[in-house]
Amino acid sequence: MTVQGWILILVFTGILLALTRPVGMWLHALYEGRRTPLHVALGPVERGFYALSGIDPDEQQSWRRYAVHMLLFNAVLMLLTYAVLRLQGVLPFNPQGLAAPSEHLSFNTAVSFTTNTNWQSYAGESTMSNLSQMLALTIHNFLSAATGIALAFALFRGFARRQSKTIGNFWADVTRVTLYLLLPLCIVYAIFLIASGVPQTLAATADVSTLEGVKQTLALGPVASQEAIKMLGTNGGGFFNVNSAHPYENPTALTNLVQMLSIFVIGFGLTWCFGKAVGNTRQGWAILAAMVILFLAGTTVAYWAESAGNPVLHQLGVPGANMEGKEVRFGAAASALFAVVTTAASCGAVNAMHDSFTALGGLVPIFNMQLGEVVVGGVGAGIYGSLLFAILAVFVAGLMVGRTPEYVGKKIEAREVKLSVLAIAVLPLIILGFTAISSVLPAGLALPLNKGPHGFSEILYTFTSAVANNGSAFAGVSANTPYYNGMIGVAMWIGRFFIIVPMLAIAGSLAAKKYTPAGAGSFPTTGGLWVGLLVGIILILGGLTFLPGLALGPIADHLAMIRGQLF
Amino acid sequence: MTQDITSALRPAIVMTILFALLLGLAYPLALTGIGQAVFPKQANGSLISEKGKVIGSDVVGQAFTSERYFHTRSSAAGKGYDGLASSGSNLGPTAQPLADRVKADVAAAHASAPGTIVPADLVTASASGLDPDLSPEAALFQVPRVAKVRGLPVEKVRALVMNTIQHPMLGFVGEERVNVLALNRALDAAR
Repeated sequence: MTVQGWILILVFTGILLALTRPVGMWLHALYEGRRTPLHVALGPVERGFYALSGIDPDEQQSWRRYAVHMLLFNAVLMLLTYAVLRLQGVLPFNPQGLAAPSEHLSFNTAVSFTTNTNWQSYAGESTMSNLSQMLALTIHNFLSAATGIALAFALFRGFARRQSKTIGNFWADVTRVTLYLLLPLCIVYAIFLIASGVPQTLAATADVSTLEGVKQTLALGPVASQEAIKMLGTNGGGFFNVNSAHPYENPTALTNLVQMLSIFVIGFGLTWCFGKAVGNTRQGWAILAAMVILFLAGTTVAYWAESAGNPVLHQLGVPGANMEGKEVRFGAAASALFAVVTTAASCGAVNAMHDSFTALGGLVPIFNMQLGEVVVGGVGAGIYGSLLFAILAVFVAGLMVGRTPEYVGKKIEAREVKLSVLAIAVLPLIILGFTAISSVLPAGLALPLNKGPHGFSEILYTFTSAVANNGSAFAGVSANTPYYNGMIGVAMWIGRFFIIVPMLAIAGSLAAKKYTPAGAGSFPTTGGLWVGLLVGIILILGGLTFLPGLALGPIADHLAMIRGQLF
Repeated sequence: MTQDITSALRPAIVMTILFALLLGLAYPLALTGIGQAVFPKQANGSLISEKGKVIGSDVVGQAFTSERYFHTRSSAAGKGYDGLASSGSNLGPTAQPLADRVKADVAAAHASAPGTIVPADLVTASASGLDPDLSPEAALFQVPRVAKVRGLPVEKVRALVMNTIQHPMLGFVGEERVNVLALNRALDAAR
């Protein structure tokens, strides 16, 4: 570890903390449906969209209606993507003449982008036409992110409203977040990326004759426009196979820093927005504090492991940090930091190959995802996931002091606790279940590239990433098979919507309750004690279930690595 | 419930179409227009032309295997630096094939510089398979070989490396690095 590396990590965190309030204020304006300066230009677009679709943005929806409208919209979007992919061969903007992806790959990809996972069983540059990248994939990067933020708004309203049957209007939330937040930011961001060397063209390739006289063909395309929303919306689906490690996706150390910041920035802002929505911004800062503690702990372990390097290579006379699967312009610090940020935040973009990380360096990303992507988390999904843990934390605190638990002015009763447990239990059930099945079936064992415990880690990583809607991979795996495209597709769908529906039910149930002011017996949910309790609950409920699996994979791999045992 | 579903049909279909037009076509095409107009070089891949021929890109690496040039890093992209097949090796820390490959590369590096410590990036595969850079140590490691093959003074080749080093922004954003294509072009020019 170097001083320079730590300065990067601390400056990175500092910038985000400074942006939390301004971004949160902007989000809060959208949450309340207030007018922003951007309404002058984009207001007519918003009203036009409502008029053509027959939407009354002021209609207040029950949680059931909110859920049904959200699900149906996502289903139609998924069908559009499936259709565009299957028709790729006959649609325009396909200069390479690429054929349509197979049925199972198209299914997997459509689910993947709808659920904000962006798992990719394919290599972008040799599979997707420019039209597919734009029309089938980029729109999901916007709308799955906007859906996530809308759902977070719905849950905030559950806490904020009193004796109300409704939690907002799904269409108004999605449209406002897209038009007044994501789209304008992405336009500025994409222009910055183009200026820094990220291509934006309708040409698919450029031919180069190298200094040694060899022909090299470089894949190009409309990369910058997709790159911007890929990071900001915590989607993570790369234009190219190696994602943000590709020099055309992430050409400089500065673009790398901005990409990392853009993964986290909306997630940080949403914690402030939550605090404001429930009338006490300290509530938001407390949630954020728990997130930042877990984030910095993960970063410390991953950075230490990667800079300590691989003893196997040290034995061969190659000292220093682990550079296998890393780019020189990023080095150990920015690669480890990126890996932690992207898995803490449900993004899944990578700037280094996690498969080639040291055993413990690779454990941190897996563990981050297994916690349920609540360390900042995906846009929207991170904060609503955290609030489910907060409900369980006040419940546990209530058991200890023998009082009915309360959180931000709402009594937490059996229904909310049951639904929270239901949502959180989905993760271990599917991750461990699918990993176990795949570790014994021949079709499942066809996945790993590596042998030994690292091969098991590859299967575990795959389903962890799918259910947590992350999308990063131990990328040596061969996932483009009917079995894996199907299994991963199902895992991603369950991981997204089997958490969302109970969460919306909680929102509806909370909205209907009356306000209970904090009394002398209430457990305070703003101080250090609360932050400590929340971190503990996240680690125990979120993490403990996975320790046996981690022992078979990365921990066994670590023990083999320090003994120099190879597979 | 039925009423919830029927009321969602029209918005779901029409909003999908409208957003597809806005986000899937208008947004990327408008940015393509802006990029091509304002930053045409970068928008088309930062290509470098010399004597009317495109010889590479400022940001993407290319293979150098001749003894006359500074070598780029090991690449798992296709058969090496394949611009249509970016990839890392994805070998895990305890993979026998990784140890075998590194062992062979260390032996090859030692052929021209026996007994020296080999910089890590010189014998490891990059993440993209298209890494344009080397660490200064990995470039300096190759100076004696390149100077010998070219018949140039070691000090002169060393100076070329030192002049090509890019430093981290503000001292902490990025790593010290040497763009290998830029270095090898400077080497050709120094003939």
